[in-house]
Amino acid sequence: MTSTYVPTRPADRLPDEPRPVNRAATGGDRAFVLGSGAIGASVLVITSGIGLFLALQAVPTIARYGPTFFTQNEWAPDEGKVGIAGVLLGTFTVAVVAMAFAFPLALATALFISEYAPVRLKSFLVSMVDLMAAVPSIIYGLWGFLLLQPQASRLARWLHQYLGWLPFFHVDTDPNAAQWDQTEYTASAFVAGIAVAMMVLPMASSVMREVFSQAPAGEREGALALGSTRWGVIRSVVLPFGKGGIIGGTMLGLGRALGETIAVLLIISPSFDLKFRPLEIGTNTVSALIAGRFGEASPGQLRALLTAGFVLFLITLVINTLAAMVVARSRSGAGTDL
Amino acid sequence: MTTVDLDRPPAEDATAGRTYVRHVDGPRPAPSRGRRQLSAVTASERAIGVGSGFAALALAWLLCFQLLPWGSPLGFVVVAFVLYLAIVTVTTSVVSPGPAVADRVAAAAITGGAAVVAIGLVSTIVFIFVRAAPALPHLSMYTHDMAGVGPRDPLTQGGLLHAIVGSVIQVGIAIVVTVPLALGAAVYMTEVGGRFARVIRTVVEAMTALPSIVAGLFIYTVLLLQLGMSKSGFAAAMALSVMMLPIIARAADVVLRVVPSGLREASLALGASRWRTVWHVVLPTARPGLATALILGVARGVGETSPVLLTSGASTFLVTNPFGQQMNSLPLFVFSTVRSGEPLFIQRGFAAAAVLLALVLVLFALARFLARPRGRR
Repeated sequence: MTSTYVPTRPADRLPDEPRPVNRAATGGDRAFVLGSGAIGASVLVITSGIGLFLALQAVPTIARYGPTFFTQNEWAPDEGKVGIAGVLLGTFTVAVVAMAFAFPLALATALFISEYAPVRLKSFLVSMVDLMAAVPSIIYGLWGFLLLQPQASRLARWLHQYLGWLPFFHVDTDPNAAQWDQTEYTASAFVAGIAVAMMVLPMASSVMREVFSQAPAGEREGALALGSTRWGVIRSVVLPFGKGGIIGGTMLGLGRALGETIAVLLIISPSFDLKFRPLEIGTNTVSALIAGRFGEASPGQLRALLTAGFVLFLITLVINTLAAMVVARSRSGAGTDL
Repeated sequence: MTTVDLDRPPAEDATAGRTYVRHVDGPRPAPSRGRRQLSAVTASERAIGVGSGFAALALAWLLCFQLLPWGSPLGFVVVAFVLYLAIVTVTTSVVSPGPAVADRVAAAAITGGAAVVAIGLVSTIVFIFVRAAPALPHLSMYTHDMAGVGPRDPLTQGGLLHAIVGSVIQVGIAIVVTVPLALGAAVYMTEVGGRFARVIRTVVEAMTALPSIVAGLFIYTVLLLQLGMSKSGFAAAMALSVMMLPIIARAADVVLRVVPSGLREASLALGASRWRTVWHVVLPTARPGLATALILGVARGVGETSPVLLTSGASTFLVTNPFGQQMNSLPLFVFSTVRSGEPLFIQRGFAAAAVLLALVLVLFALARFLARPRGRR
């Protein structure tokens, strides 16, 4: 015979109330929270300090030169002319050329790795793309300066010869001369842009590939089962799914292309003309301007250079933020669970 | 293609489980055509591919070297590729319907694009090592500095020792400064959380957009001009730190965020404190990823030229004291020698570039080794 015993509540007990829970860390945890918080705060102070410092340097420059800082194209501090219109245009020219080469190549590489490459080769190819991102920019600068430049100047002349009626393929020389003027086609935004493309391509490509590889397998198989070809799967499943990754990866690459210094500095010959003629010799970018002018700059000019850098930083920041938003929206679930 | 393995040959025992029905009479069944080959390239497809390839090469040769003045290797390759795409389109459309044509052309274009990238990468690496080959075998490259070496002196004199040592010292200081900060901040962002952590994360992510030259200019203005330090290895290390800190912190944050929260909760449920959970569960789980993040950040720092260009100055002799003296480094050495225009100096610059590239390759291989999947360890 078994019976269930129900404990009886002592009569003198107080009524039930929730146990007090104290979530505040104690002991070692407290030290951990405070310590890591202190490190986090110092990182915050350091990084935001740089941003603030740059912003503060911009104030006197903008106050002195006013809006002409953004419209003046020459950088001649001795004559009182300081403006970033020329270098900003040059920066964008180089970046646009770089993306014109990097975007299709990055897309093709990402699609090849995720859709066409044999399964056994895939991880090898992925690490090759990562390796490409790790190669220092000075190496690409050497490659662009000494190996690519002769080839690229021929290509530039060809573009000028046959597509010269397009205003942005114009070069101020006769492309059909018996002795064509090769120097007019070198040290240009075009050549620098190709070298920069090599740097931003792996970054854009790996973002794209990551998103492509997350394309739902069920939809892929569904497309195949309906008789789709490989390209059909790409067009109807992979590309629509990976649209965010394509846009975001391209913009991340663009952000990197805008700030690239050393390869550009090696290749271009500086000029401050306000022109969009990427094939022609001479251009300048914000970062190349800084690298070229910091040494002889007076404190006021240094502030102007810092302002130029700050403007570049802001542009990059906006582009990166937009890219991060686009990429984040195309994925689901930030964390993973067991 | 993750799930459908089209390349696998049909299993050998495909007929093992078949049921045979004996025909007593009636019409004979149609002869079996065997198992359909799903992925194998048919003879006509192969013929189209090879034939188009030959046609494109021949036509490109005719066009580039005989008819038009386009005779350069790059032009030939580009023309041949474009012609190949055109010829494949035409020939495929003769025998196959529209979707097959689009598939073939897309495959050719995508493979071609990937091949261009591969050529770019391989040509870069090969170019650097080939141009460096005459200088690399000399032992003096690794044991001497450039003190008193003139532009005409042969490669057996002088070397890269000062640049190598300078790079190691600068990056070493940068690692000592950034890694504890970046790791601590990443742990705070993921493990403690809260509004303040979100602020830190936002700012750190924003600062990864800082162009490296601006980081260099910042250190140049603050440390060198306002605080009156001289150009030195320490200043260069600070510039590298400013550049690397957000990069490593962000990468570490990403790695820590993908540690499964189930592990954390299991540890906490067993009564471990938060600190013990972080130290014994989260960090060991994320160790390969953290190592990779760190090493890739270091590889980025080693090769970065522009911050160093502004802050370190370029000595020609071995300097081991990071304070008060100018100090050379590998990327800076490459940059200055290549710009000098002296053939022998350019040669030395390529040797330095090869050493730098080898260093990055080693770091990269190390990162891959640490991050390899667990099963193969």
